[in-house]
Amino acid sequence: MKAVSTEPQNKSPASPTESARVALPDDALQAPATTFGSPLSFLSVVEKFCNTLPVLLAVLVSACGGNPWNSPYPASDAEKNYLYSAFAERPKHLDPVQSYSSNEILFTAQIYEPPLQYHYLKRPYQLIPSAAANMPVVGYFDRNGVPVEDGSDAGQIAYTIYEISIKPGIRFQPHPAFARNERGEFLYHALTEQDLAGVYRLGDFHHTGFRELTAQDYVFQIKRLAHPKLHSPIFGLMSDYIVGLKEYAHTLQVAVEEQGGEYGKGPYLDLNSFPLEGAEAVDTHTYRVKIKGKYPQFMYWLAMPFFAPIPWEAERFYSQKGLAEKNITLDWYPVGTGPYMLTENDPNRVMILERNPNFHGENYPSEGMPEDMQAGLLRDAGKPLPFIDKVIYSRDKESIPRWNKFLQGYYDASAIGSDSFDQAVQMTGQGEATVTEAMRKQGIRLETAVATSTNYMGFNMLDPVVGGTGRHGRDAARKLRQAISIAVDYEEYVSIFANGRGIAAQGPIPPGIAGHREGEEGINPVVYDWVNGRPRRKPIEAARALLAEAGYPNGMDAKTGAPLVLFFDVTARSAEDKSGLDWMRKQFQKLNIQLVVRSTDYNRFQDKIRKGNAQIFEWGWNADYPDAENFLFLLYGPQRKVGSDGENAANYSDREYDWFFEQMKNMEDGSERQQIIDQMMAILRRDAPWLWGYHPKDYGLYHAWYSNVKPNRLSHNNIKYYRIDADLRKQKRGEWNTPVLGPVVLGLILLALGLVPAATVYRRRERSAGISSIESRQRPSRDPGTLGSDA
Amino acid sequence: MLNYIIRRLLYAIPILIGVNLITFTLFFVVNTPDDMARMQLGIKRVTPEAIDKWKQERGYDKPLMFNQAENGVAKFTRTVFFEKSIAMFAFRFGRADDGRDIAHEIKTRMFPSLAIALPVFLLGLGVYLVFALTMVFFRATYVDFWGVVLCVALMSISSLFYIIGGQFLISKLWHLVPISGYGQGLDIGKFLVLPVMIGVISGAGANTRWYRTIFLEEMGKDYVRTARAKGLPERIVLFRHVLRNALIPILTGAVVVIPLLFLGSLIAESFFGIPGLGSYTIDAIHSQDFAVVRAMVFLGSLLYIVGLIMTDISYTLVDPRVRLE
Repeated sequence: MKAVSTEPQNKSPASPTESARVALPDDALQAPATTFGSPLSFLSVVEKFCNTLPVLLAVLVSACGGNPWNSPYPASDAEKNYLYSAFAERPKHLDPVQSYSSNEILFTAQIYEPPLQYHYLKRPYQLIPSAAANMPVVGYFDRNGVPVEDGSDAGQIAYTIYEISIKPGIRFQPHPAFARNERGEFLYHALTEQDLAGVYRLGDFHHTGFRELTAQDYVFQIKRLAHPKLHSPIFGLMSDYIVGLKEYAHTLQVAVEEQGGEYGKGPYLDLNSFPLEGAEAVDTHTYRVKIKGKYPQFMYWLAMPFFAPIPWEAERFYSQKGLAEKNITLDWYPVGTGPYMLTENDPNRVMILERNPNFHGENYPSEGMPEDMQAGLLRDAGKPLPFIDKVIYSRDKESIPRWNKFLQGYYDASAIGSDSFDQAVQMTGQGEATVTEAMRKQGIRLETAVATSTNYMGFNMLDPVVGGTGRHGRDAARKLRQAISIAVDYEEYVSIFANGRGIAAQGPIPPGIAGHREGEEGINPVVYDWVNGRPRRKPIEAARALLAEAGYPNGMDAKTGAPLVLFFDVTARSAEDKSGLDWMRKQFQKLNIQLVVRSTDYNRFQDKIRKGNAQIFEWGWNADYPDAENFLFLLYGPQRKVGSDGENAANYSDREYDWFFEQMKNMEDGSERQQIIDQMMAILRRDAPWLWGYHPKDYGLYHAWYSNVKPNRLSHNNIKYYRIDADLRKQKRGEWNTPVLGPVVLGLILLALGLVPAATVYRRRERSAGISSIESRQRPSRDPGTLGSDA
Repeated sequence: MLNYIIRRLLYAIPILIGVNLITFTLFFVVNTPDDMARMQLGIKRVTPEAIDKWKQERGYDKPLMFNQAENGVAKFTRTVFFEKSIAMFAFRFGRADDGRDIAHEIKTRMFPSLAIALPVFLLGLGVYLVFALTMVFFRATYVDFWGVVLCVALMSISSLFYIIGGQFLISKLWHLVPISGYGQGLDIGKFLVLPVMIGVISGAGANTRWYRTIFLEEMGKDYVRTARAKGLPERIVLFRHVLRNALIPILTGAVVVIPLLFLGSLIAESFFGIPGLGSYTIDAIHSQDFAVVRAMVFLGSLLYIVGLIMTDISYTLVDPRVRLE
């Protein structure tokens, strides 16, 4: 800008040798002046630039409206009651019949309202009504339809009926599928190609409508579980329980084949015209679900979006030809009754949830755990929900930008990656995790909770070495597994590789799940002793003794003398994971066992597990619901991977355990059930089909302006409880993000100074060329590199 | 020239078939249709029936390359390879495994990719040429020496380092622009500054050196000596004569990438949260979405071929001696 207006100064002679240039053509004379200028004039330009810079910056700042320069959000949103968060992976499905991943339920749980939900504050987890007016009324019936008392022998119960009444007056969010004209006809249920010409997203339909939620909408969704084109992940499970669901899928399959066409591309298959025995609406606000036998865990499924209502109008609307081509589908634009609705869905960039104007209303819980009062979690007791107007999820795939934006105040909360763990968290003398001084100064706080999940190392029980064959062989293999269980020190693993974020497991059931036992009665006696009020891992000598009993004294096969070699199947690892694998080898070396790591890609790994070709492997499980059954079924014989394609990756099978499982799964929580679980745990600990591994802990960081947060891995509809202090956030963002211009100005000055000698060289070169050409005219030269008269 | 272009376009067909075949083979060596189904349907509670249904709906239930059960030509045509490839040549990319229309995604994501790639290309070309000419002007001086040292240093650093370093310095430490993100309308400007700057800097070392070499080669030619002999200043010699004559090798490198600008950058788009085609491809690779990977590789190959034809045409524009026959 100003820097180029240097001509007047440069045209005046600047050095005593100027006369030597007279002989050169005009072009040559002007060249240095217009390109670089003299050193003196250049410095003055730099000075001018530096003088104008503050003015320029002031203009820029005012143009930004006081918003920090590095803010990724518009200045007008700075004081708004918005929550800012990030997502790394775009959700695949937002249709509640298909959605099963945590990154999807993050959205669907705020939009859809199943009949039940978990109490936000109470622990252990407790189910309460959500859209339901009360908890479902459960009735048990025998084969002849005669009511049976609860608590009767499970064998007597032929089916269970859940009668669910929903609150009257609940309305769906505004949506074009409900829009009608003056004559009461649907506006957008018969779209033509012409109607769709200017439509690229749902917002391009200018009219919306809504209607009251009815019981039929819940029944409609249960029917959708069996839709042959929708692939609900829980169809297999639910068809074992919901009466007639399997047959219903077949009926729909036939209907779809007769009708032709792809799902979502028309023609519309009206599920309301196909009745389902297991789900029926009794009246406008009541429906019944009929379950085969007794399945108490069904109540937990009623708290998941799989059982949220879907209006038939939405299905009808989205099935029209031409909409799926524009990505306008139910899987992309949900229609719910929950506190929020998805108003912008650009999963490549941003997804926005806004307050649903039709939300029926709900109040913040008035009861919680004793510590909740002290933590300030009951300050908003009884106040209407939700508190936040808009939730803005920005797509940030990489952890480094996500973390830095959190530190700058542009995300309100953050998980802690291993890269940033030391920067964020420190351990106190008592072994408790707390934020570092730098985080504390920023007002950031840490919330931790043991996740309802488990990470374990499994033995393939079909493998002759670790699973054993024949009675004697199985006994030996059990001792081998027990020895390894003692040797692999998971306390050390958690401390080194998980930054202390986890607790060594005593069995498959994590803390906080019904069936888990704390204290001495909850320890694994095969691996631990109870010493001074805490579990202590048995000494390695105990493991060596077990190994010798197993027929491998000092890690050598007693019969052949060959060293014992075991194979650890893992998914392809990066160089970063090498230390973890080296550590694992060392654990086995304590027993003089050679551990060979067989690394493969995830597909091949899964294939090995499915075919039972792995020997030792790592796996994990996240709870669907807070019940021991959801973990103990992972070792139930009929769930074996090989042959049954179930979830029992270790292919463990024990007749006694299976019998106990069948008893336990149909029982209500209570001491009798706990006793059975204890017996099952004793069998599992003795047989050691898994190294029980560890239960990870969730660590989350929250800014000072973010309140009402209580970590909860099972219920996902928590955003309605959160609160944001937008004024404090604006103030802090301003303080933390003041532009630092010094280095930039300094860099420009250094660059300018660096150009000064360059300009000098330029001038000298031009001049020397001129002189040499003058000289060469007088004294012809044969040197081809010199310009002269011989040219 | 028209004949030449038509001939080149016809040559492109076997090339594209070959690229498609290689992509198909490489992809299915690593992933089976079962793996793809599991990836889409999730890990928990997936039944074999659901997997079979998924494959059937998407046409992955047929043999990959050769159908033993069919007769005659159908042995080859009733296969996953044939059915998936033939539509591609009609530019029908189909749907991604998650059900979304690929052509629609490409149309939407092309613009964010261009918003980064085009300024990086134009600005970069200008900056590299000026730097290279400056170094040539100051050849055999400290400017040239340290310029080459700087170029070698810039070339030796990974582009990831520029991204992370740039984000750290410019956005985190100095708070000048957002670390990552993308806006709408004019709002995108502030999100583009850093990726464009880093894009230009990360390519500076290699390109400046390359252009410098081209210019130095030109500098030794007779016409340069003639230009100097008639008394033209070095500035004019460089910018008016050397630059024009060095355009052919420069165009070889530059024009060929113009069509590829649509495809964006795989790493930079991920780090800067740019919703372009680069990050679309990376997502597809992660989620084993063959439909998207195949479409993007096909499009990449096609655009590369278009780039090569454009390069040839550009030769005729800058050098009247070149004729396309």
